[in-house]
Amino acid sequence: MEPGKVQPYKELRSRLARRDRSLREKVVTLEQAASFVSDGMSVGIGGSTMSRTPMAMIWQLIRARKKDLSCSRCIISTDGDLLFGSGAANHIETSWFAQGILWGLSKVMRHHVESGACRYDEWSHMAMGMRYRAGGMGVPFLPIRSMLGSNVATQRPEAKEFDCPFTGEKLLLVPALNPDVALIHVQRCDAYGNAQMDGLQFMDIDLAMAANRVILTTERIVSNDQIRRAPDHTKIPFFCVDAVVEVPYGSAPHECFGVYEPMMQHMEKYVAQVNGDPVGGMKKYLDDYVYGPKSWNEFLSMIGVDEIVTASRRGRSIFDD
Amino acid sequence: MTEAPTYTASEIITVLSARLLKDGQIVFAGIGTPLLAATLAQRLHCPGLTILFEGGVVGAFVEPGKLPPSTNDQRCTKRANMVLGSADVLLLLQRGYVDVGFMGGAQIDRYGNLNSSYIGDPAKPKTRLPGTGGGNDISSLTNMIVAMKHEKRRFVEKVDFITSPGFIRGGNSRAESGLPEGGMFRVITELAVFSFDDKSREMKVLALNPGVTREELQDNTGFDVAFDDDVSVTEPPSIQELTTLRMLDPDRLFIA
Repeated sequence: MEPGKVQPYKELRSRLARRDRSLREKVVTLEQAASFVSDGMSVGIGGSTMSRTPMAMIWQLIRARKKDLSCSRCIISTDGDLLFGSGAANHIETSWFAQGILWGLSKVMRHHVESGACRYDEWSHMAMGMRYRAGGMGVPFLPIRSMLGSNVATQRPEAKEFDCPFTGEKLLLVPALNPDVALIHVQRCDAYGNAQMDGLQFMDIDLAMAANRVILTTERIVSNDQIRRAPDHTKIPFFCVDAVVEVPYGSAPHECFGVYEPMMQHMEKYVAQVNGDPVGGMKKYLDDYVYGPKSWNEFLSMIGVDEIVTASRRGRSIFDD
Repeated sequence: MTEAPTYTASEIITVLSARLLKDGQIVFAGIGTPLLAATLAQRLHCPGLTILFEGGVVGAFVEPGKLPPSTNDQRCTKRANMVLGSADVLLLLQRGYVDVGFMGGAQIDRYGNLNSSYIGDPAKPKTRLPGTGGGNDISSLTNMIVAMKHEKRRFVEKVDFITSPGFIRGGNSRAESGLPEGGMFRVITELAVFSFDDKSREMKVLALNPGVTREELQDNTGFDVAFDDDVSVTEPPSIQELTTLRMLDPDRLFIA
């Protein structure tokens, strides 16, 4: 679908009506979950920057040689590099795109965007949030008071300046974003997809509500009893979720709140390699770490026990005092 | 008499920025110098400063030596009062709860407009920069402190692209664009402290940092520098300020 184009309400409702929303077990493998995503689909990515990135799912989509995906995320980092570098995506809508503040500009993003091969459509961070929220609310747009007067707005004709019918004030209407599929990684969920998140939730709840399909990856699958003992921790209800995949360390080498911090040695090595050569360095990274390993666990073993233990110790330390 | 302490450019920027914050304020801080300066202020004269991060953190209290690599990492949440969704913490700006927005900058012009999107023609950019993040939202909706390195290529007559609005084209153009609230308050560099003229909305020097001359400042600025009638000299960073700062960032992540 054309970026920024709002799905007609009738279509949005009928797509939802066709989903099996019954209370049923939906645990699948990474490979099976990848079959929910077709070439050219719009894909909403959960988490933010280096946090709770659904990295294993993205890794699997790249291995499955998906093409021409149009991705969105509130803030995107090395996952965006991999999506552009592998050819899995040719369009990303986000508010910020680099590997991380510590490393300056992403040469991979620059290479693909400056050459015109891929599109990076920039929105303000709040605009991304209000777009997912409008999508989740079942309305075609929401008004915001930022972006006005800036070139971020002039570059996005799909956002419309509008005079408020109540006050006459100038507002910006941002179009709803209802991705074909959302990829979200959480700390735990049950086999039905009742998902509990610890720490920062970013835009994941709105994203889950907005999407036409949700693939959940999770550090652990817990019993439904466990979920029912703390229903206030459940942030995404099962009926939003179409597939559940248990993938320990599914955000590696990024972080998952309370479980592990980013695996910085791997990140440093990655950044040096791809920024040194955004084509050859990226190809080698993909060959070595994405296409090469037989499984996600083998990828983790390449990151190494030492680094994973260090990241885990730091991750869990949030609960120490 | 003890010798005056030495400090780096990042250190004086951080210290001078921290001094602008007042106890009891609610400050929305970006990653890098803003996060560090807000945390420094909290440890010195503002124990009651409430720090917000775009990741969704309300009331951050960052631990010394454990600076987060972004404002979306778990380290930002340690000892915070609350975590929200990112959109909801940004909406606090829109509702008006935030006293000060605090950001770094890649390129700024005389009206305080910030560019973090493109170098060169946006249609055929020389460099595609990372983009706004929450910068546009913060600068659109509250009063801004910008902390940045002073270089001629960063202080330009007109930015290539307005990512985060300052006073747009000066005068009333900001309000006329649909941004009735907020605007640039101060810009802090290693050379000087700037404010903005109440009418023209042009940047002007409020104070020069120790040892900096008007000529040196002009030589490092890409537009004709305006000076306040009453330009002062900033108080250099004290030993206490520098010691606390270095305790917070022992690995010199943000004060290199």
